[in-house]
Amino acid sequence: MSSPLHARGLAALAAGLAKREFSSVELTRHLLGRLEAAQPQLNAMISITGEAALAAAARADGAIAGGKAGPLTGLPIVHKDIFCTEGVRTSCGSRMLDNFVSPYDATVVAKLKAAGTVMLGKTNMDEFAMGSSNETSWYGPVKNPWNTAMVPGGSSGGSAAAVAARLAPAATATDTGGSIRQPAALSGVTGLKPTYGRVSRYGMIAFASSLDQAGVIAASAEDCALLLGAMAGFDPRDSTSVDAPVPDYVAGLAAPTKGLRVGIVKEFFDQGLDAQNEQQLRATFEVFRKLGATLVDVSLPNVGLSVPTYYVVAPAECSSNLARFDGVRFGHRCENPQDLLDLYRRSRGEGFGAEVKRRIMTGTYVLSAGYYDAYYLKAQQVRQLISADFARVFERVDVLAGPTSPTPAFALGAKTADPVTMYLNDIYTIGANLAGVPALSVPCGFVNDLPVGLQLIGPHFSEAKLLAAAHAFQRETDWHTRTPGAWQ
Amino acid sequence: MYDFAPFFREIRLMSVNRTDIENIARLARLSLREEEVAGYVETLGNILGMVGQLDRADTRGIEPMAHPLAGLAQRLRADEVTETDRHALYQQNAPRVESGLYIVPKVIE
Repeated sequence: MSSPLHARGLAALAAGLAKREFSSVELTRHLLGRLEAAQPQLNAMISITGEAALAAAARADGAIAGGKAGPLTGLPIVHKDIFCTEGVRTSCGSRMLDNFVSPYDATVVAKLKAAGTVMLGKTNMDEFAMGSSNETSWYGPVKNPWNTAMVPGGSSGGSAAAVAARLAPAATATDTGGSIRQPAALSGVTGLKPTYGRVSRYGMIAFASSLDQAGVIAASAEDCALLLGAMAGFDPRDSTSVDAPVPDYVAGLAAPTKGLRVGIVKEFFDQGLDAQNEQQLRATFEVFRKLGATLVDVSLPNVGLSVPTYYVVAPAECSSNLARFDGVRFGHRCENPQDLLDLYRRSRGEGFGAEVKRRIMTGTYVLSAGYYDAYYLKAQQVRQLISADFARVFERVDVLAGPTSPTPAFALGAKTADPVTMYLNDIYTIGANLAGVPALSVPCGFVNDLPVGLQLIGPHFSEAKLLAAAHAFQRETDWHTRTPGAWQ
Repeated sequence: MYDFAPFFREIRLMSVNRTDIENIARLARLSLREEEVAGYVETLGNILGMVGQLDRADTRGIEPMAHPLAGLAQRLRADEVTETDRHALYQQNAPRVESGLYIVPKVIE
């Protein structure tokens, strides 16, 4: 007996479409039904674009019938609501953009559209991607499909929850300090943050431009590889896009693990990591050893300063990027402004939520006259030290392995009162953003019936190597195939 | 569960007062409700205290990082017109437009 359509990954669905086992319209209709049905419980979506999805699926079926299909033609996906989608509301999880209908497509969206994918809708997220629990969204929190009293992680919480509950086989997402990997870990799915500059940021609403990177969340490394190949590549419209050839990530999955040097980062195990979580990770390292990898103890001496470094650099860039929301050209405008200053202040005060305002103010403070050297300059120097730690360690090892998140999913509301406690969820993920290196998270076990993730970090442009290592691990284990009981 | 205590032990207190918050909000063009100000006095103080850990790093002679990919310079393009005039489309998202112009409260009496 074959598995239901929603239980299959992108690669299996592509094979089914090619064999005419089912049509893209049938597949799309099935998943739209699941997305609608799950919405009251999970709130994973901000918009579900059923009509446009069915039209795109019908076009894909035509292409398949005409022998003009590519490897992604007819495959349904969801986009994080941070990516501009022409003619479709693009809210970024904010009241500020609740009424914003994008006049153009982000490059990522355009590329995946051109590849024949079918967009089912836009996923819920922390407001302007600022959060680690998906609780700062103007549209309400997303619930974790494994336990709806728990957060799914953030900021790409809707993307992670949609894939975890098998409402969509894959989702786009973005990662500034861990926003792909942390929700992937907490929701039990696979998420990849590519090298800074690997995927275009054009049309991706900016949070912290020197850290932001687009990536993917899917059920397996194989599916991430399939989607990344279509998203990556040079874009003249993004001034930090890197002009380097895109390797065949799917073909690269076959690379052997034998001889792979895996660095175990000492600092990631130094401070109070949950004992059960550590045990799961140690078992995971043994799988790599069995596959022929060599485990090497390594140190990143400055990585402990990642969180304070990030909370200078990211808010500074955010305060500058979000200056564009002024209530004049687009976005929320207050009622009856007294004068221009009142228009700016009230439009922004009403349009932004509490966490976004906190980060804008933190950024404004650290960049203000007299403080710049003590905060911003100092943070950029420490960032250099952290980045140098990674460069040094990658002379000795191919990839680094460690936890993605210090704990499994926590309860909704548990950390909203204290921002610093919330920020610490990203202690293991932020380093990769500061150094601009790629990293991914794969499910590697359960603690208290909640999924936990293994993080693999590689040198710049080593996505193929990371995906191959994750794929080898997923051929030896079945953590990534586990789905929450209610959503099977 | 994860023990965050060692992390917090290294945090020194940093005090931010109401006037600081009001000044920052003014610079950032944000209106704040009365009850929001008190919350930000506490949370911004905590964040800046946490950020104060950077002081323990020896950064003498370290070049501040300018770009995540070392050696990559900002690209320039030829000075050619690449965008067509689509202001009517873009202004569909504007809160108030008249005759193709964005309307704001009067700035000059």
